[in-house]
Amino acid sequence: MSETDDLDAFIEAGTRLQGIEIRPEWREAIRLHLAVSLAHARTVAEFPLPDEADPAPVFTA
Amino acid sequence: MSFATAAEIAGDVAARRRSAGEIVAAALARIERDDKRLNAFTAVTAERARARAAAADAAIAAGKPAGPLAGVPFAVKNLIDIAGLPTVAGSRINREHPPAAADGTLVARLEAAGAILVGALNMGEYAYDFTGENVHDGPSRNPHDTARMTGGSSGGSGSAVGGGLVPLALGSDTNGSIRVPSSFCGIFGLKPTYGRLTRAGSFPFVSSLDHLGPFARSTLDLALAYDAMQGSDPHDPGCAGRPAQPVTALLRQGVAGLRIVKAGGYFRAGASAEALAPLDAVAAALGTTHEVEIPEAARARAAAYVITTSEGAALHLDRLRARAGDFDPDVRDRLIAGALVPGSAVTQAQKFRRWYRDAVLRLFEEVDAILAPATPCVAPLIGQKTFLLDGKEMPLRPNIGIYTQPISFIGLPVVAVPVAPAQGLPIGVQIIAAPWREDVALRISHHLEAEGIVRAKPPPGAE
Repeated sequence: MSETDDLDAFIEAGTRLQGIEIRPEWREAIRLHLAVSLAHARTVAEFPLPDEADPAPVFTA
Repeated sequence: MSFATAAEIAGDVAARRRSAGEIVAAALARIERDDKRLNAFTAVTAERARARAAAADAAIAAGKPAGPLAGVPFAVKNLIDIAGLPTVAGSRINREHPPAAADGTLVARLEAAGAILVGALNMGEYAYDFTGENVHDGPSRNPHDTARMTGGSSGGSGSAVGGGLVPLALGSDTNGSIRVPSSFCGIFGLKPTYGRLTRAGSFPFVSSLDHLGPFARSTLDLALAYDAMQGSDPHDPGCAGRPAQPVTALLRQGVAGLRIVKAGGYFRAGASAEALAPLDAVAAALGTTHEVEIPEAARARAAAYVITTSEGAALHLDRLRARAGDFDPDVRDRLIAGALVPGSAVTQAQKFRRWYRDAVLRLFEEVDAILAPATPCVAPLIGQKTFLLDGKEMPLRPNIGIYTQPISFIGLPVVAVPVAPAQGLPIGVQIIAAPWREDVALRISHHLEAEGIVRAKPPPGAE
């Protein structure tokens, strides 16, 4: 399968499982944006961090 | 007087040279006349503004002290609550919300300082936008060339202040939405430190990245508004609860002794000559020659992107399920993609965020301020889809914020200052300071303005 096929399968299953109905004409843009987001996620994941690294969301203790 | 500053207006009103009623009437007349062209406003609160002005004039006539923003008309991005209006946040869906019961806290604080709200401003839907385009309300238009974008998502804020409709506006900045419109519209914008100003009474986007802040046509006006809005607020869990640290009285301290550097590497690689020349002019005026590299800035931008799309999708998931067809298509498709990003990617981005914050804070042990471009180019044409970045044709919409995202990712305070050529379009430079040092960035901005290096240039017809 090509990456496009993989993304389309992921979009199809992921939106169905989350209850989001998408129209066929939206798919190309969603695929483009998802590919960009996953590429950014890979960029982040490539950075070596120790197991002990703490995330930095906002919270009040 | 349409390009009068807030400080000039407040001085005139306090000295009873002009009444708040006259000032407000003139602002409403400008909005009536010029907003057909700029499309900055989505609601005008004329009746409320006239009543407020009459009350202010009566109070001043009775000898009560005028506030530091007495009689200053201002408007707010339409994601900030205005009592009696639904908080639409640029969307079609939120128009069905009940009217806000009360004003957002920052509106109340500005009015307590004497300012007078005149309306709500256009914005990109749900703030997921760098263009100022909006399928429901039409695009806000750049006052320097109405065929061009204002930048977003606080597009109406940029247009209204840059076009001389009001001297002061509020907007929000999650990844650059104050700094981008400031750059494209040629005005001053302050994105304070994350947690400095309360967001209570505003519609959210990405909680851990959302900031509110002011737009103005002078540094002094930014400082006056910022000082009026500071203070803790138990109604915003992200508000740091620090005591107010007023900056207005510090502006004239100048820049002597401040260690100011330029951001190199990532922040110069993709920028056009039209972005780099003004940055270099600002640096030269400050005697700055040294460059530093903000470590892993590209990865910081990637991490901000991942957190934004995922948190944004989580916020809107129910609406995507129930009525995806009612979103602006440009926003909807990105949010649906965001709903599919694995949670592990978001957690990794949050872990990287702490590493990056620590690394950048170490840089600030050696420097007081860093200069960087605000946008990679001047305002593109409305509807433009691609542009040249680092010599390559790239999609425009997601890349306008490449220089702003790595900075707001860790909540650093920034003043965007406008460099306006005699001919052609303005563009902004970011003055970035260490956390809680808005005073440093504002002092540098004030110095550059006094030296004539930066200025909010009136567009044709607004002098």
